[in-house]
Amino acid sequence: MKPGEFEYLASFLKGRSGLILNADKMYLVESRLQPVARKHDLPGLSELIWELRLGRDQKLTQDIMEAMTTNETFFFRDKTPYDTLRNELIPFFQKARSTKQLRIWSAAASTGQEPYSIAMILKEMSAALQGWRTDIIATDISREVLEKSRAGMYSQFEVQRGLPIQMLVKYFKQIGEMWQIDSGIRAMVQFKEGNLLANFDGLGSFDIIFCRNVLIYFDQETKKDVLERMARLLPEEGVLILGAAETVLGLTNTLKVVKGLRGVYCKNSEAVTARVQASAMRAPKPLSVAG
Amino acid sequence: MKSCLVVDDSRVIRKVARQILEDLHFEISEAVDGMEALSFCQKKMPDAILLDWNMPVMNGIDFLRQLRQEKNGDTPVVVFCTTENDIKHITEAIQAGANEYIMKPFDREIIETKFLEVGLI
Repeated sequence: MKPGEFEYLASFLKGRSGLILNADKMYLVESRLQPVARKHDLPGLSELIWELRLGRDQKLTQDIMEAMTTNETFFFRDKTPYDTLRNELIPFFQKARSTKQLRIWSAAASTGQEPYSIAMILKEMSAALQGWRTDIIATDISREVLEKSRAGMYSQFEVQRGLPIQMLVKYFKQIGEMWQIDSGIRAMVQFKEGNLLANFDGLGSFDIIFCRNVLIYFDQETKKDVLERMARLLPEEGVLILGAAETVLGLTNTLKVVKGLRGVYCKNSEAVTARVQASAMRAPKPLSVAG
Repeated sequence: MKSCLVVDDSRVIRKVARQILEDLHFEISEAVDGMEALSFCQKKMPDAILLDWNMPVMNGIDFLRQLRQEKNGDTPVVVFCTTENDIKHITEAIQAGANEYIMKPFDREIIETKFLEVGLI
């Protein structure tokens, strides 16, 4: 790929999805876009980028975006945020919300493992949440990924990454070589197409936003902008959960660290911190149902 | 350092599993079938057992049932690792006392997340 073509692709992707593409990712670009070129009967990447510039084929544009946005994820990824959700956040909101409503947003949900993991936790806690209305909204930029998420079909490899075997037995059905998540769990999650760079105020307000391992692909300005706009959807005690390698520090003052809860941020962090510290006296319950 | 007994009749699988688990700082021992694994455990219980299902002499499920009857036989964390990939086998394994279940083919990431799941890492 010629430098000019790479530059064009980089600026196109940044404009459309916020993805930052450095020159050291050349090999990645080539390996991911070769199959797209073949699919569209184009002889090579130069022709592919040319077609992209002309912009007359929407399907091609969509395919390029999907090939370049990373979708790597697995069930209960990183474990800690899910332990926090189960042991700290849900008990906190149970006390804080007299409306008995809980709204959770899984932003950039990729192939659905994150929102479904959240749904399984809520399901496991259904005795404690009796009489509660819980909404899980999952958004992603990619249509192909959303289709896969809605179907809830996963390969043998995917269901073995992070998912405890008891959860597999309990919530999945084997269909040929694939495993499909239970229709009851699927019904708990609403999937919507959504771009984090565009206005997402229409989603309404949330008690908990999961936005993990997404910001790392954005530049500083974009990170700032996304965080500020997410903060607008959070009430005073609403929380944002970021990935292990991400932070709000140096990006926004609207959201603050919740002490004692790794990766959790809030506008009024004192209120949440106080409650969490009070409950830290209790022994933490393990998330795992294994062992 | 935690110990892990790898039980599989395939030398290739034992070798791959050993490499992955040594990287995760386990001290590895090997057994080629359930009988050999059982006599190993009767001398000293390992912290973890990675267990194949189909093996000559004594298969994995029979070994597991025997193991759980032994003195201190409830202490090792047992992770099945087999080509048997249907709900019937998985349920049978859990009922026999397996802590986790890996369906072959596996990779480094699957072993790692499963071992993490049962608290071995």
